[in-house]
Amino acid sequence: MTAFITVEGLEVVFDRFRALKGVSLEVREGESYGLVGESGSGKSTLLRAITGLAPVSAGTITVNGKTLGKTRDKAFYREVQMVFQDPYGSLHPRQTVDRLLQEPLAIHGIADGEKRIERALDEVGLGKGFRFRYAHQLSGGQRQRVAIARALILEPSILLLDEPTSALDASVQAEVLNLLEEVRRRRKLTFLMVSHDLAIITHMCERLMVMQNGEAVETLTASQLIGQRVSEDYTRNLLRASEGFVRA
Amino acid sequence: MSGDTLLEVDDLRVTFPTRTGLVQAVRGVSFSLGRERLGIVGESGSGKSQTGRAIMGLTPPQAEVSAKKLAFDGIDLLSISPRERRALRGNRIAMILQDPKYSLDPVMTIGRQIVETLRTHEKVSKAEARERALAMLQAVQIRDPARVFDLYPHEVSGGMGQRAMIAMMLVTGPELMIADEPTSALDVTVQLDVLKILDKLVAERGMGLIFISHDLRLVSSFCDRVVVMYAGKVVEQIKASELRDAQHPYTRGLLNCMPRIGFERHPLPVLDRKPEWAA
Repeated sequence: MTAFITVEGLEVVFDRFRALKGVSLEVREGESYGLVGESGSGKSTLLRAITGLAPVSAGTITVNGKTLGKTRDKAFYREVQMVFQDPYGSLHPRQTVDRLLQEPLAIHGIADGEKRIERALDEVGLGKGFRFRYAHQLSGGQRQRVAIARALILEPSILLLDEPTSALDASVQAEVLNLLEEVRRRRKLTFLMVSHDLAIITHMCERLMVMQNGEAVETLTASQLIGQRVSEDYTRNLLRASEGFVRA
Repeated sequence: MSGDTLLEVDDLRVTFPTRTGLVQAVRGVSFSLGRERLGIVGESGSGKSQTGRAIMGLTPPQAEVSAKKLAFDGIDLLSISPRERRALRGNRIAMILQDPKYSLDPVMTIGRQIVETLRTHEKVSKAEARERALAMLQAVQIRDPARVFDLYPHEVSGGMGQRAMIAMMLVTGPELMIADEPTSALDVTVQLDVLKILDKLVAERGMGLIFISHDLRLVSSFCDRVVVMYAGKVVEQIKASELRDAQHPYTRGLLNCMPRIGFERHPLPVLDRKPEWAA
């Protein structure tokens, strides 16, 4: 299979701080790829660099055969959509769900809005009753569903997911993870997903990259991780930490 | 009251007035605590934090707290004066909050904050207070206490800030410690370091600990006993070691719905919330 997203030697510098120090990765079409690491490891910055939200100072990003320049065109955003961590921050507080979902359609000049909005809400398991509500009238899980609907409404082929469930309760997290898996299967989407939680990444992704301090530590398949066949101590530490507290 | 029971909570209720009428955030919670580690687990809105705050006396003024009994070491917390309550708070009962970024004073050095806590509750000289603050920073495994003493909260990492908070809370030698999500804002590996420190200090000093968290698995690996809350009520109290045999479908659902490494389940089991759980 050919690479769908290729990142090569990517550098991101904020002022003088090097947030990404030459990171490379390859995601195949239809694959679900995970990025794991602690805060400050650069995992979110990598996602943001792909969407054009972080200043890239060196390296190349290629998506579906096209190398990205300084700016992204509309066609790029029809192909690539992002879901952010905090559903309390990523939805406009004074817009109804309907208005929120119309925004991307208006930007891209898509006509059959009515049908698409209905379908998108239906797809994420929110009925028509939610269409004219405001974000503050929704629970955290429902908001994240709206954010996913907004990402899906343009029918992208790639979803970038930045800790999509870390602001949610455990039981709601399970529902949202199930939803994401379902839409991925149905629409044959490619996922690039960031999380600090190894268990979530092994659940959702086939391959993953462990990151630390803006660098790749190692690249693994989920089954290597489950079988504890890891080569770096840092990954081993993360694995141990994910098992919970052990009294000495 | 027997010497073993530190805290007795019977039928605790916390009620908030809202535009649409009264909302009961905590609806008749009862438990007792000895010198042990008790976990309170629940999801957002379950009333777990409000329970902790009511014990601490930090309920917002517009809300009303009532209970058949809310007693700490035989002292009826609901009938004593605010002044007496203040004397307990931070001295014999202490609380660790979730995020050191917001709960430490940003314009005061870490050392001064610890000294302030100590001198509020005990008559000690400045020099002695400094000594004890430094010793406490050492006890939470801060490598260079003298340096950290003079740093401001924004100059230290999250893990270090949370250790400083633990130091501040333990410096008066409290008998009861309430930790409300003490590690949720920290990275997983740092989380374990902080828990290790907390565990050691609680064990050494024989304190009672109430550990409030949304993370059932973490709580069960850390505590002796777990109280599971749902919609303001206790749905189950169980020994942490017997959690596998939990009876209530909510507890079982919570345990089940998290992805675990090496246990592939697609889709993940989800909670089927029953209205009678909240009844």
